Amino acid sequence: MNSSTKYIPIIGLEIHIELATKSKMFCGCKNDPFGADKPNIYTCPVCLGLPGALPVPNKKAVDWTILLGLALGSKISTTSKFDRKNYFYPDLPKGYQISQYDEPLALGGRLNDIRITRAHLEEDTGKLIHATVKNRKVSLVDFNRSGVPLLEIVTEPDLRSAEQAVLFLKRLRQIVRYLGISDADMEKGSMRIEPNISLSRNVQKLPNYKVEVKNINSFRFAKNAIDYELKRHQELLEKGEVPKQETRGWNENKNITVSQRSKEEAHDYRYFPEPDIPPMSFSRSEIERIKSSLPELPQQKLERYVSEYDLSRYDAELLTVNREVAAWFEEALGAYIQTVTQGVKQKDNVKASAYAKAVSNWITGDLANLLKKDKAKITEIRLLPGHLAELLYLVDKGEISSTIAKQVFGEVYATGVAPSTIVAEQDLGLVQDSSALDEVVSIVVKENKKAVDELKAGKVSAIGFLIGQVMSRMKGKADPKQVKQLINKKLNI
Amino acid sequence: MTLNKLNVTQAKKQIASRDITISDLVHDVLRAIDRNNKNLNAFLSVNSSALSEAEKLDQQLFNHPAILEEKPLYGIPIAVKDNFLTKGIPTTASAKVLEGYIPQYESTVTSKLKKAGAIIIGKTNMDAWAHGSSTEASDFGSTKNPWDITKLPGGSSGGSAAAVAADMCLAAIGSETAGSIRQPAAWCGVVGMKPSYGRVSRYGVIAMASSTDSPGPITKMVEDARLILSVIAGEDENDATTITKKYKSDPIKPNKSLKLGIVKEYFMKESDQELNSIVEKAIGVLEEQGYKVQEVSLLDPKYAIAVYTIVQRAEVSSNLARYDGVRYGNYRDTFGEEAKRRVMTGTHVLSSGYYDAYYKKAQQARKLIVNNYIDVFKKVDLLLSPVTPTTALPIGATEGQAMFGEMQDVLVEASSLAGLPGITVPCGFVKGLPVGMQITGKFEDEQSVMQLASHYESLTNWNKTKANE
Repeated sequence: MNSSTKYIPIIGLEIHIELATKSKMFCGCKNDPFGADKPNIYTCPVCLGLPGALPVPNKKAVDWTILLGLALGSKISTTSKFDRKNYFYPDLPKGYQISQYDEPLALGGRLNDIRITRAHLEEDTGKLIHATVKNRKVSLVDFNRSGVPLLEIVTEPDLRSAEQAVLFLKRLRQIVRYLGISDADMEKGSMRIEPNISLSRNVQKLPNYKVEVKNINSFRFAKNAIDYELKRHQELLEKGEVPKQETRGWNENKNITVSQRSKEEAHDYRYFPEPDIPPMSFSRSEIERIKSSLPELPQQKLERYVSEYDLSRYDAELLTVNREVAAWFEEALGAYIQTVTQGVKQKDNVKASAYAKAVSNWITGDLANLLKKDKAKITEIRLLPGHLAELLYLVDKGEISSTIAKQVFGEVYATGVAPSTIVAEQDLGLVQDSSALDEVVSIVVKENKKAVDELKAGKVSAIGFLIGQVMSRMKGKADPKQVKQLINKKLNI
Repeated sequence: MTLNKLNVTQAKKQIASRDITISDLVHDVLRAIDRNNKNLNAFLSVNSSALSEAEKLDQQLFNHPAILEEKPLYGIPIAVKDNFLTKGIPTTASAKVLEGYIPQYESTVTSKLKKAGAIIIGKTNMDAWAHGSSTEASDFGSTKNPWDITKLPGGSSGGSAAAVAADMCLAAIGSETAGSIRQPAAWCGVVGMKPSYGRVSRYGVIAMASSTDSPGPITKMVEDARLILSVIAGEDENDATTITKKYKSDPIKPNKSLKLGIVKEYFMKESDQELNSIVEKAIGVLEEQGYKVQEVSLLDPKYAIAVYTIVQRAEVSSNLARYDGVRYGNYRDTFGEEAKRRVMTGTHVLSSGYYDAYYKKAQQARKLIVNNYIDVFKKVDLLLSPVTPTTALPIGATEGQAMFGEMQDVLVEASSLAGLPGITVPCGFVKGLPVGMQITGKFEDEQSVMQLASHYESLTNWNKTKANE
């Protein structure tokens, strides 16, 4: 029997996400630890934990946590509170972290068929920097991050592989970004994950140990760390040993995990209700108000693109990858339909699906390539959704060829000048004089005997070459369909 | 005439009529501090620029007389307990751990006092971290009772109460977690007003037990307490636990329609019986005025001791965690014995396995206490009782008594846990030591408490008897 089938991976995730509120969680300090050009500039008595300072919760952060809860299908508690989690560490100036213990803002929910346990709000710590100053090894503390709102999401141990975990995390990040509540950047640390890993022979019964892995700052490392642990556990179990319950850290240089803290050293956090912050309560109407601000989520959008626009799941997935691309697509499509249907009275009969594919093709094709090449964001480019609509309309009207359209697209992307202007200025419009085209076709047929013979002999693909020759001589200003017809006519095919 | 003997109301009048200058007032107060502090140790630090501030205020008043209407405490020298952060002035909470600490920001209370024109004359001694009811637990030596320097002033706001009693200021600010304003005010024979929890901001007050800490005035008469409270009360955007309802402070007029309840359990047989009978007599004075008085019953105060001790120690253990030796210059071994004891007890009651048995149960019992008051306030408007079981005890009385504070504060702990407003007003003497009568009101009803206290004060002369200098 293959030993790897004996054990089933049991994986749960803890995810921390720094919320992108303007100010910190419990004070008015600017929340921008990554943008700060010096340490300890965004600080005040509250986030430095000075004597007598008191926390006042950030309403926006609370609303956003509820918003995420709603997006994950969680039950939003009508009452909630903050608690103190007591432990000592030099980056924690109060000696306790304000967190939520037994009454999180959101309970339950589901994403990618993984059950969500809870989502709660807490504060981030300062950052320790270990350095040598005047030949002395010292630890420096930067409190710019201290008190930044931190959303913690905990899943049930429902994941069965590293791949599944990464898919889940990517989907979660996508939702967080759709909600606009964080940039959820693993590299910067505004999204941090801690998988809990163990192996079991029986899914019904959780094993009596688990290993938590910290210090993971990319999806790739997440996958590697989980796989490394699963392998390590299996080897131990096969030797008849039970892996130690502990916290381990991912070492990205060596591609291994290393033990950080064992169960015996686990803290007793002595949670108790934070007396400085009154308990919170939320009315139904308040939760409804937050719910009404919930945008269309990626999964809903994807389904709508498929059903409403007749797009393939693959295209729909590409277009909904983030809110910005989806918005760009929707705006371009809207503008295209509006241009095409100008003067049409019965707009109800206009079907968006008739136009969506063309718009989608440009975005997932040419535009995606350009963005990738330039490492640009769709929100930052000169090419606007209206430009694409105009370009498509010029092709529809027969004013330019699809070949010219590609060229114009590239120029609009580079310059931001409107397609019609480029076409006019560079005289790129289709040559309307059919005798001129006729003449070129005659010349090409005459000069390319080999291709003509092949075509006549039944090699259909040879016509492509001939069309290309014509288009090139016409500098692209001919309609390839018309060219094809003319060649066929001339050769009596 | 020595101007330091004035109360706030009198001084305001005389400043307004230009009978006195603020400089003269401050001069006399500083002289009184200079003369008495060696014996009493009420002040830990004195504001060295007080006199120049006073001169500036005199000048401003000369140029702009209307300033008196804008600033209700214009030129009034006020002493502040050393757990209120004062920017640029050392603040230690009488704890060695914070020796030499100079705050970078100002507490809401002191900034409101300054805005109202008050002069912070100095910072007063207290039990370290406000842990105690004697001021003997100060890391910088005990304060002594001005009525008898062999006696304790009470605490933890003992420095503030003694400073008021010895005319080393016109009024003082204290803070009470359970008894720390009312008990020392009673032992020192002055007025001590503990407002409802959340009435006065805790921002910038070195935390003791966050869920009951309440700043308040210690004064020579009730009207002064009303005036100061009207300045320091109100919602604070920096303290999420402050009461959002606007605080209305009407001028005090007697209101004989208030129904009074005598709390029979609070006249304990363990208490000084002479003290109990003095308070009974004081209630008799009110009865003669036509107030309706009836006997009411509350939970045995011993339950409050247990609940309060657990809740307070738990919060203390967490609140002191920031003094971890990494910041503030002094290591953890500079913590005093009492603080260490409280941190250990508090850590224990929050530990896993003990939380349910101690902290959680204490919070459940606390709800019972709150409900107990809600019930009794359906029958009466105000509750009357002694403040303390005894008058001021001798210096050294706390030695070996880990629960000294809790025992002394037995009659104020329940109302503190419920967040209720209460006052102590002088009502007599036992063997030359002052006795205070306690008036407790409904949550947010400071007005009735002060109405009755002021009426009683006007019917008697106890507050005119002064401590020997």
